[in-house]
Amino acid sequence: MYNAYQFNTLQYNAELCTGCGMCVEVCPHAVFSMNGHRAQVVRAQSCMECGACQLNCPFGAIAVESGVGCAGAMIRAALTGRKEATCGREQPCN
Amino acid sequence: MQSPVIHSTTSQLTLANRWDHFLARWGVNRSGHRVEPGLYAMGNPTPDSQVFVTANYTLSFDALRSALAGLGAYILVLDTKGINVWCAAGEGTFGTEELVNRIQVTELASVVGHRLLILPQLGAPGVAAHLVRKRTGFQVEYGPVRAEDLPEYLKSCQATPEMRKVRFNLWDRLVLIPVELVYALLPLLILIILGSRGIVAAILAGVVLFPILLPWLPTSNFSTKGFILGGMVALPFAIRTFLLNPDAALWLRVGWALASLMTIPAITAYLTLNFTGSTPFTSRSGVRNEIFAYVPKMAWMLGLAVVLNIALPLLQKLVR
Repeated sequence: MYNAYQFNTLQYNAELCTGCGMCVEVCPHAVFSMNGHRAQVVRAQSCMECGACQLNCPFGAIAVESGVGCAGAMIRAALTGRKEATCGREQPCN
Repeated sequence: MQSPVIHSTTSQLTLANRWDHFLARWGVNRSGHRVEPGLYAMGNPTPDSQVFVTANYTLSFDALRSALAGLGAYILVLDTKGINVWCAAGEGTFGTEELVNRIQVTELASVVGHRLLILPQLGAPGVAAHLVRKRTGFQVEYGPVRAEDLPEYLKSCQATPEMRKVRFNLWDRLVLIPVELVYALLPLLILIILGSRGIVAAILAGVVLFPILLPWLPTSNFSTKGFILGGMVALPFAIRTFLLNPDAALWLRVGWALASLMTIPAITAYLTLNFTGSTPFTSRSGVRNEIFAYVPKMAWMLGLAVVLNIALPLLQKLVR
């Protein structure tokens, strides 16, 4: 059965990790956990690409194309050719 | 120079607050549920009291202050244009820039002696903790996802893994239904007047039944969940049109039934796909995959239904 959520854009470079643990702290889906002095990705498929880990990693070890997984905003953007407006711009996507 | 105002607040929620929450849940004056941004003192705080940061959406601010009952604390309210923490963080309005700016304009550093801020964890997609520290000297601590867990968190200043995870339980989903209904109200009324019961059922399935049934519907994609739910709703309509016209030709009865089976699931699935924006777990990549995979199918189904609705009456006349 096709699962649209099987893959996402989360990339983690363990070599840059210093083990500060911020990614473990900010992730709302427990994608990361600590393995000794380094973080590891344990639930990659649960990533919702919110971008919290990337933004809070001081060492640039995490990259993710963050955005809001809101079909309404994406379809509107495709139809109008404008930037994806999520809640907080003119159009609420609630 | 005049020092900036420190507003005062309490942990008490008044009847007026609760009425405001009710209106917000029903989508009345959607972006008007705002708190004045700035620094708030609650329960006689001292320079040692903790500082909690939140959005200027009344539901966010009120959840925070009522969770801090009995505590002397400062609350720093960011200007998120009346949007909750999570959505505003995604948009960037609950963000590093606004936080740094708000720390400066409220002269927070002269109000408290320490250099620690407690932010809601769901603000993290907008705030880079290390940059806030570099620019203001304040250390950002991410507290629990839900304000209600704050008392427990404050005992040890450690969030348990459970406090760090977003949840989307039945109640979290139920409170979203009113606002979805309000948005569908006008089309619903028009369709009721037109007597399009099938489409009304399709819309109600998408905005009322779906949020309730979400975890129990099979498959992992919202569109396929919607096709399944819409299919179940369509079945009685299809059977009814098939059985109610026993005198009509068989192909005609099959045609009418097929039209229901195309229209209703397509509409329901489109609405359920849109519900991705209300959940705290769908990734942008996944939603994009869904749109490419299923929106064309929905369009084909609706197109076929329109063709059937036009062609069947014409064919019926021709045959007679």
